[in-house]
Amino acid sequence: MKKIFTRPEALKDAPNHYCPGCGHGIAHRLIAEIVDETGIRERVIGVAPVGCAVVAYDYWNFDCSEAAHGRALAVATAIKRLRPQNIVFTYQGDGDLAAIGTNETIHAANRGENLTVIFINNAIYGMTGGQMAPTTLVGQKTATTPSGREGKGHGYPLKISEILSLLPGVCYVERVSFQDPQHVLKAKAAIKQAFLNQIKGQGFSLVEILSPCPTYWGMSPKDALDWTRDVMQKEFPLGKIK
Amino acid sequence: MSEKRILMSGNEAIAEGAIRAGCAFYAGYPITPQNELIAYMAKNMPKAGRVFIQAESELAAINMVYGASAAGFRAMTSSSSPGISLKQEGISYISGAQLPAIIVNIMRGGPGLGNIAPAQSDYFQATRGGGHGDYRLIVLAPASVQEAYDLTREGFALADKYRIAVMILGDGVLGQMMEPVTLAGKNAGKPLPKRWALTGCKDRKPNVVKSFFMAEGGLEKANLDLQKKYKIIEKKEKRYEGLFLKDAELILVAYGTTARIAKNALFRLRGKGRKVGLIRPISLWPFPADAFRMPGRKARYLTVEMSYGQMVEDVKLSSGCAEVDFLGRSGGGIPGEEEIVNKVNRMMI
Amino acid sequence: MIERVIIAGSGGQGVMLLGKVLAEAAMRQGWQVSWFPAYGPEVRGGTSYCMVVISDRQIGSPYIDNADTVIVLNNPSLEKFKGKVGNKGMLIANSSLAGNFTASGVKLLSFPFTDIAMKIGNIKVTNMVVLGCYLAAKKIVDRGNVLKVFDAMAPSGKKEILAANRMALQEGERLVNG
Repeated sequence: MKKIFTRPEALKDAPNHYCPGCGHGIAHRLIAEIVDETGIRERVIGVAPVGCAVVAYDYWNFDCSEAAHGRALAVATAIKRLRPQNIVFTYQGDGDLAAIGTNETIHAANRGENLTVIFINNAIYGMTGGQMAPTTLVGQKTATTPSGREGKGHGYPLKISEILSLLPGVCYVERVSFQDPQHVLKAKAAIKQAFLNQIKGQGFSLVEILSPCPTYWGMSPKDALDWTRDVMQKEFPLGKIK
Repeated sequence: MSEKRILMSGNEAIAEGAIRAGCAFYAGYPITPQNELIAYMAKNMPKAGRVFIQAESELAAINMVYGASAAGFRAMTSSSSPGISLKQEGISYISGAQLPAIIVNIMRGGPGLGNIAPAQSDYFQATRGGGHGDYRLIVLAPASVQEAYDLTREGFALADKYRIAVMILGDGVLGQMMEPVTLAGKNAGKPLPKRWALTGCKDRKPNVVKSFFMAEGGLEKANLDLQKKYKIIEKKEKRYEGLFLKDAELILVAYGTTARIAKNALFRLRGKGRKVGLIRPISLWPFPADAFRMPGRKARYLTVEMSYGQMVEDVKLSSGCAEVDFLGRSGGGIPGEEEIVNKVNRMMI
Repeated sequence: MIERVIIAGSGGQGVMLLGKVLAEAAMRQGWQVSWFPAYGPEVRGGTSYCMVVISDRQIGSPYIDNADTVIVLNNPSLEKFKGKVGNKGMLIANSSLAGNFTASGVKLLSFPFTDIAMKIGNIKVTNMVVLGCYLAAKKIVDRGNVLKVFDAMAPSGKKEILAANRMALQEGERLVNG
């Protein structure tokens, strides 16, 4: 009998710690599948963030580095410059990439570093208990915006992908979603593109994933997926940005 | 045969020492008085086939060094006091992840933006840890341009040997001053094999470089491992220069630039028959406590610093003397030879 | 033997280079040397200075409070550093740009260095006219070692700079030696 579904080699046989309905598990698996499909497991180096995915290296079956909060792209820059034959990617949440690490993000992109960035946008700080993220929507209630985010004073949802797309050093930016299986497949295609760009030496590539956080959105997993489709996408439209 | 002497600034000598020690990666951010160092690296690292990056911030620079070291390469960053404060986050991570690295601090006046004049007021920050957590750096304090070159090379070897961050602690005088240098000296050693480095997991299990230990007991074990390493370093890596210690009734204690001045004062005082000695700590951590524990010694101590006495407590702890005299200035002034001589004369009446 | 020299002027007058050439020539002669610059924003415009110590022993502070020789190339430098000349010290002043100065216990050498440099066709070599004057007045560093530094520093194919510097040095020496 032919085996048609199995754990990718690039994924360890380990139960993860993510909440039910969280998007991180899907993103981890997609990356692992792509690493297998492109045959790069023995030369890929992942840089994990600070945030819910802080121990992503416990799940991926390849070399990984931790990075201080927001500094993943500084760490990745050095690794890639010294090991151009390796495939180096960062995996970062919205707080990591677009708040505390905005400087590292913009400048790595602006230098045109030949890196792949997987950017998980769930509009919330998960690990610390549901505080406002730079991508939190206007009106969205969080632990630090109990009456809902207001643009003036709290800031508007930061469209970091659009900002990055303006930089000449950036090769590819696409926003995708996990809202249904079809979109997961599209997300996978985009992530694969971002890896292939690096393999071909084409430069800085970023995929932003609208990813559900049922726990801190206060929703069921199903409602959270629908929310990414019906609400988040109004602010963060899907598609290729660059 | 003696090697050719060339005239170089401390900043340039540190940079050249690093390149000759096989430093493969440098990232930095401009700040006075260490700008010659970053400029030298910008010019000469690419020529040597190495990587130079002018980082967008001190934070980025130190985290690039983290990445470079995680990838298994010798790496360095440099800055001056305010910039070193910014780097503390990364230094703490480097320490937690047990990564070798060289951090150069060409100290200037503080606190705050302070000024660009030479100072030694980052002693506490350098020797006590600086960032969060239970960790130490090896701190080496050169007193001449030649020693800046030599200690940088030695620093790389120590960093690799112990998987630790080594700080080269100089000040604006040392960084800016030009002196003759001989570009030879002790070998920095071949980089040791780094089985823990991130190279891609071909033919082995994946490596992970991290400072995060969430599992119960994990961090305590990691910290105990660090402490064990620090104990070994304390035992083996103390360095100092001692002068006229045998019969000294008063011992000057100074490091770096102030030690040069103290040494001149010492010779003048000895010329007048004063029984004065000098201890010049070269490693500030580990502090050369042994130099202060000679059996039968009944000397008083006078520390001379470009700070308001940050080294005094180490001298007290090492010597067991409750009273240690102090002469120092910080914020622009350099203690003068005359000041030291006068102070000693008053003390020895 | 210890010789402590402060060299000051306005940014662009070449005082840093003057100090470096002196320090390197002294090094070639076998002395211990240090060269220490003012490294603030005054490097362009304002008063720029460096300090050179030449000694037969290990040098303590490269920072000079009491100088054996003070060289000033403009008036602000004279005002700033005239108090730093030690007892029996020497002050070399550029009378093209600096005013008069007298003090007991100070040997004063005042010449129109800028004018002399212009007369030999290159205002940029003012600093080397001054160096020639200093060499002849103090007789600590040999001109031969200075010429070796010139050779080492001049970019290849820039022989005219070398010639201009040599001539400037000679003119400076003549001011003292006649």
